[in-house]
Amino acid sequence: MPLDCGAMMSDISMAYNTYGTLNEDKSNAILLCHALTGDQYAASRQPITGKDGWWSFMIGPGKILDTDRYFIVCSNILGGCMGTTGPLDIDPDTGKPYGLNLPMITIGDMVRAQALLQDYLEIPDWFAVMGGSMGGMQVLQWASAYPERCFSAVPIATAAKHSAQNIAFHEVGRQAVMADPDWQGGNYYESGRKPRAGLSVARMAAHVTYLSESALHRKFGRNLQDREDLTYGFDADFQVESYLRYQGINFVDRFDANSYLYITRAMDYFDLASDHGGSLAKAFAGTNTRFCVVSFSSDWLFPTSESKDVVRALNAAAANVSFVEIETDKGHDAFLLETPEMLTTIGGFLESTAKSRGIA
Amino acid sequence: MFENARLSRPQDIRVDLQLIAEMIEPNSRVLDVGCAEGTLLSHLISAKNVDGRGMELSQAGVNACVTKGLSVVQGDADTDLVDYPAKGFDYAILSQTLQATHRPKLVLEQLLRVGKKAIVSFPNFAYWRCRAYLALKGRMPMTSSLDYAWYETPNIHFCTLRDFMALCDEIGVTIEKSIVVDNNGKVMKDSVGENRANFFGVQCVFLLSNGQD
Repeated sequence: MPLDCGAMMSDISMAYNTYGTLNEDKSNAILLCHALTGDQYAASRQPITGKDGWWSFMIGPGKILDTDRYFIVCSNILGGCMGTTGPLDIDPDTGKPYGLNLPMITIGDMVRAQALLQDYLEIPDWFAVMGGSMGGMQVLQWASAYPERCFSAVPIATAAKHSAQNIAFHEVGRQAVMADPDWQGGNYYESGRKPRAGLSVARMAAHVTYLSESALHRKFGRNLQDREDLTYGFDADFQVESYLRYQGINFVDRFDANSYLYITRAMDYFDLASDHGGSLAKAFAGTNTRFCVVSFSSDWLFPTSESKDVVRALNAAAANVSFVEIETDKGHDAFLLETPEMLTTIGGFLESTAKSRGIA
Repeated sequence: MFENARLSRPQDIRVDLQLIAEMIEPNSRVLDVGCAEGTLLSHLISAKNVDGRGMELSQAGVNACVTKGLSVVQGDADTDLVDYPAKGFDYAILSQTLQATHRPKLVLEQLLRVGKKAIVSFPNFAYWRCRAYLALKGRMPMTSSLDYAWYETPNIHFCTLRDFMALCDEIGVTIEKSIVVDNNGKVMKDSVGENRANFFGVQCVFLLSNGQD
């Protein structure tokens, strides 16, 4: 498979999960695109953490993504670390893990690999392509690159380009990983050590961007962690510190540091308009895909203004588009939470789209 | 009086809806600005087979529309019409919303930029009961169906039939068709420019175009 960077990649493995059954017409398949640190375990137990899938509340019999009705596919992205080819896998040319020898991966490459999976599954077109955050970037890329393969598209809490602020946060995370001596220039796989501290700090910083000031305040305030008084030291005195440390440490067990570098870079490189001569409307010219764009009011990582840019471009392309900004104080992470308005919006959209597609 | 003068459309918009639908050619492309829960849009899609889109300010309204399968974006008539390409629609509709916009003139111009034609309906502030209320009570007109006090009403730019026609004249908009409805919901025989229409007319619907088109 040719990559955007110019390199060719062969022997790509794709790890994916499916839920529900493909109907006879092959008209009920939904592709879920996961976010930066997500994986293919959208509705099943994550094998490392033992926790429910990231969209378990959405997927299942009688739920919004009704498995009695739809065939749901979720694959690990190219460059990931949960089974699809990524930096920790063996480079066939050297017999050793790729590490930083893996060519740079883009959102376009991730989608191209998913299209190969679609061919393999013999699904002519997706009834819907859905995802939040980086998953939403993939949704937009899908709708732009393969409009005839997307009957509908649901980009959530996302943008058609990564902002300077977001690139900045990613750079902080990457530098934290690379500053860890255990990173070893990316060749840590056979050393028995890995950049746990660096990746953990990267995750902590990133995690703050997924929340909002008011959500942090509501959840933790200035509450102290298991103590009556300040210790006058650098222990995690505050609950919010303890929470972030926990997030960081847990993340290291389930995620590969090099993968984190590659995927954050892929997001930074994403700019759909620049791929179309600077016009986002051109990226969607002539589309027949039905769009449902969703943003969250307290999301400062992918603010509503970014979604509105997408909606504006879709309107200019005379596309069929619905757009809702959902009022919540839960920040960017709202798309991973059981936000009632998100459920009614997406549920209503899918219901009416299924009707027009003739899915019983 | 003023049955339709509220920001959110009243539940019974049958008269308005019917009159607007009658002005629209089947199979056309329609944008309903301020589409509320999508009642008009749904009606136009089923009755006229239009390719319909909507814009609505409230999240609840947009959600209701999306649930019905309508393509509606959250947006503000005052600020977001500029985002639409020119002449992308055969009709841009503004039903019972003009009086709630901040800049009616600009909105009207935008409607006729976005749509080849515009359909605008609004309550007539020169309706006689309204005049009487002001004349006799000396206070801003308020009734059970228009129960906003002057300091909290979303309807900030009321106009009369004559005011509206003057605005159309001023910005070079052609009135292709106009219908005035009386207190009983009946279409009046009087033409829109006559005193009787401006006195007894409760609401009106205009079909507009740019003169040069």
